[in-house]
Amino acid sequence: MRDHLGRPLVAVTGIGAVTSLGFGVKDNWSRLLAGQSGIRRITRFPTDHLKTTIAGTVDLPNDEGLTSPVRVERMAGMAIEEAVGEAGIGSKGAFPGPLFLGMPPVEVEWPTRFDLARRAHDPSYAAMTKQAEGRRDVYETFLYGGVGERLAARFGTRGAPISVTTACATGATAIQLGVEAIQRGECDACIALGADSTVQPEALIRFSLLSALSTRNDDPAKASRPFEKNRAGFVMSEGAGALVLENYETAKARGATILGLVSGAGERADNFHRTRSNPDGRAIVGAMRNALADAGLEPGDISYVNGHGTGTPENDKMENFGMRAVFGESAPPISSNKSMIGHTLSAAGALEAVFSLLTIRDQRLPPTINHDEPDPSITLDVVPNVARDATVRHVLSNSFGFGGQNVCLVLSAEPA
Amino acid sequence: MTPRDVVITGIGLVTALGEGPEAHWDALSAGTAPVVDNETYAPWPVHPLPPLTLDRQIPKKGDQRQMEPWQRLGTYAAGLAIDDANARGLVEDMHLIVAAGGGERDLALDEQVNAELADANNGARLNELLATGLRPTLFLAQLSNLLAGNISIVHGVTGSSRTFMGEESAAADALRIAHARLAEGRGGIALVGGAMTAQRWDLLLLYRGEDGLWQGPHRPLSQRGQPGMVLGGMAGFLVLETEEHARTRGARILARLDAVASNATRRAAPGEAATSARALLPRVAPQGVDAVISGATGAPGAWEEEEAFLREVAAPVRRPASLIGHGVEGAFPTHVALAALALHRGGFYAPMDPADPAMDPEDAPARVLVTGFGQWRGEALATLSRAES
Repeated sequence: MRDHLGRPLVAVTGIGAVTSLGFGVKDNWSRLLAGQSGIRRITRFPTDHLKTTIAGTVDLPNDEGLTSPVRVERMAGMAIEEAVGEAGIGSKGAFPGPLFLGMPPVEVEWPTRFDLARRAHDPSYAAMTKQAEGRRDVYETFLYGGVGERLAARFGTRGAPISVTTACATGATAIQLGVEAIQRGECDACIALGADSTVQPEALIRFSLLSALSTRNDDPAKASRPFEKNRAGFVMSEGAGALVLENYETAKARGATILGLVSGAGERADNFHRTRSNPDGRAIVGAMRNALADAGLEPGDISYVNGHGTGTPENDKMENFGMRAVFGESAPPISSNKSMIGHTLSAAGALEAVFSLLTIRDQRLPPTINHDEPDPSITLDVVPNVARDATVRHVLSNSFGFGGQNVCLVLSAEPA
Repeated sequence: MTPRDVVITGIGLVTALGEGPEAHWDALSAGTAPVVDNETYAPWPVHPLPPLTLDRQIPKKGDQRQMEPWQRLGTYAAGLAIDDANARGLVEDMHLIVAAGGGERDLALDEQVNAELADANNGARLNELLATGLRPTLFLAQLSNLLAGNISIVHGVTGSSRTFMGEESAAADALRIAHARLAEGRGGIALVGGAMTAQRWDLLLLYRGEDGLWQGPHRPLSQRGQPGMVLGGMAGFLVLETEEHARTRGARILARLDAVASNATRRAAPGEAATSARALLPRVAPQGVDAVISGATGAPGAWEEEEAFLREVAAPVRRPASLIGHGVEGAFPTHVALAALALHRGGFYAPMDPADPAMDPEDAPARVLVTGFGQWRGEALATLSRAES
């Protein structure tokens, strides 16, 4: 079976999710539909002197002192395990296709610098570097390719693992890379995922310096307020979302259960500013339109949009603008999972693709919670506060990143 | 669907030897000595970047201030490639894949925090020092995807933007996927490349962990008794086009990019990486090659594997890392750019390492293999061939 451009259809046969709402797709989805928030006070490290002391943290077993790449690897591993298990493909440790991993940048972190400086009795980089002799643990933990290599080894994926970052669009880019690999016949199956564990002091401070984070620390569950009048920044979160993508025909031939299709992907980069969209909305509008065109759909075919909806004043205003430009007066409802799980950064695009597929499966739209006071400049139906039933065949999932990297996906029901 | 042929129409090249095709062709075809700084980071030598006239490619001072050396270098070299391809008017629909590490940290702040807190285990005080010490712009200058972001902002490249991470492999796969996307008709023109700055302790610290850095005054790869890398600042960017796109606009074609293939074995036993590359060879060079540009990093393990592989490729080898050092994410695209340059000039390079055999200057290769054995993981091969004018 081929799409309108003669390419193989790309099916999703397994999904996995880890967020601050829980481990596994089932718990996450039921809590999202119930409008629960996973945002809470940070307890993993001291938060004195931080402007933001809340986050959507994931409490991993024995996670004391784990560095970000190790946490990314653990959450990614959980999500992949769930997705591959559901897909029932390959055998243990032998997945029949490549790995596309969306993840955050990596660098040596404070505990390691302190350890090296302490051992060297000298705070300088020259001394730390000398002291790093024989520290394969430092090297392998903080190499950019380290997480991907270890996941590839564990799940036995084929070929070179691809690690990708496009800021907040990362998870969607990973899926897009996987979709393209199947469409061009490089593989019949692959794993695409996004994972993130950026919640640590230095990262919180960096994002605070950009005035990007909500500081509504007193009431964590109320802090993430996408599309609402009093929104004042996003809430940083952790998590992982994974998908097993397959050539629809080979998936059907092996009797796999089809969760849905990734029927289109579109991207467009912005050249306006490092942290803001061009006021003309060109890039986000272009990404949405490119995704629709790639899927061979008209705007009227989309019955729900899983929004980027970060809760920053800027993003939500631009997303509303872009939606109106693409969909006109009859824009479909849009909601933001980030109102409940916060902004999982590199994982967001993949998690939101997972939840878009579940929206189609259950014909039920997850809400945008914390919608207390409508913003007159947000004119869309944001599915305020309460989930509701709807007829949904095609979902557009938006991901817009810092640095102007925008990716939109179209998730669709299995062909009748 | 018949895959479209892909050609290289522009290269942006910066190494310790200088910038641009002329400087590199002149130095490397005649034979040259490396530019090395043996002292600043002793006992680890590095190849420093040449002075760059940033204003020529990054005209706004405001843009320059938003970056640190790594992003400036990459953005600069990307601009050189766009100019070399005469493609300034095509940036709006140009696709972009960058291979990236991360930007420079504030080393002085790190050392100051270390001095106070290394023995203290005081998270609250760490927060305080960082909250007052970190500069807002530095975060953006550190972000991996912001090299691509800056290329979009400064040069207007907006077709798409993807950033691959993962050292040498990231760059090879960036090129492989950019090539594959053009070949299947996703766009007509793409910019792909990577950059690395070597003059930074934070990277030396990381690579030191494997004991993979060569210690002591610079020596060429084959003369290092104990294998080890010498880092070299470099950037390589390539403008790729479908041949049809290039010919329609009358672009000068430097070379054909015939094929790119990659793999990553676990390297659990000696010989695995060489076997992995051997399996890729028929996919990229079914008819053999006339010359090789080796991506040898000098890293222990990878060095022996690649040498074993090269012995079976019956073609003369050039090992650029002996002259320009190892450029991690910048290495593979720089080496591909050098291959394209040689094919365009109708000649080849003088030996770069004592192990490189002499060649008859008249004996211009028509097909060149570029190898990439990652310092830790990843095997990649690319082949380029001469384009008929």
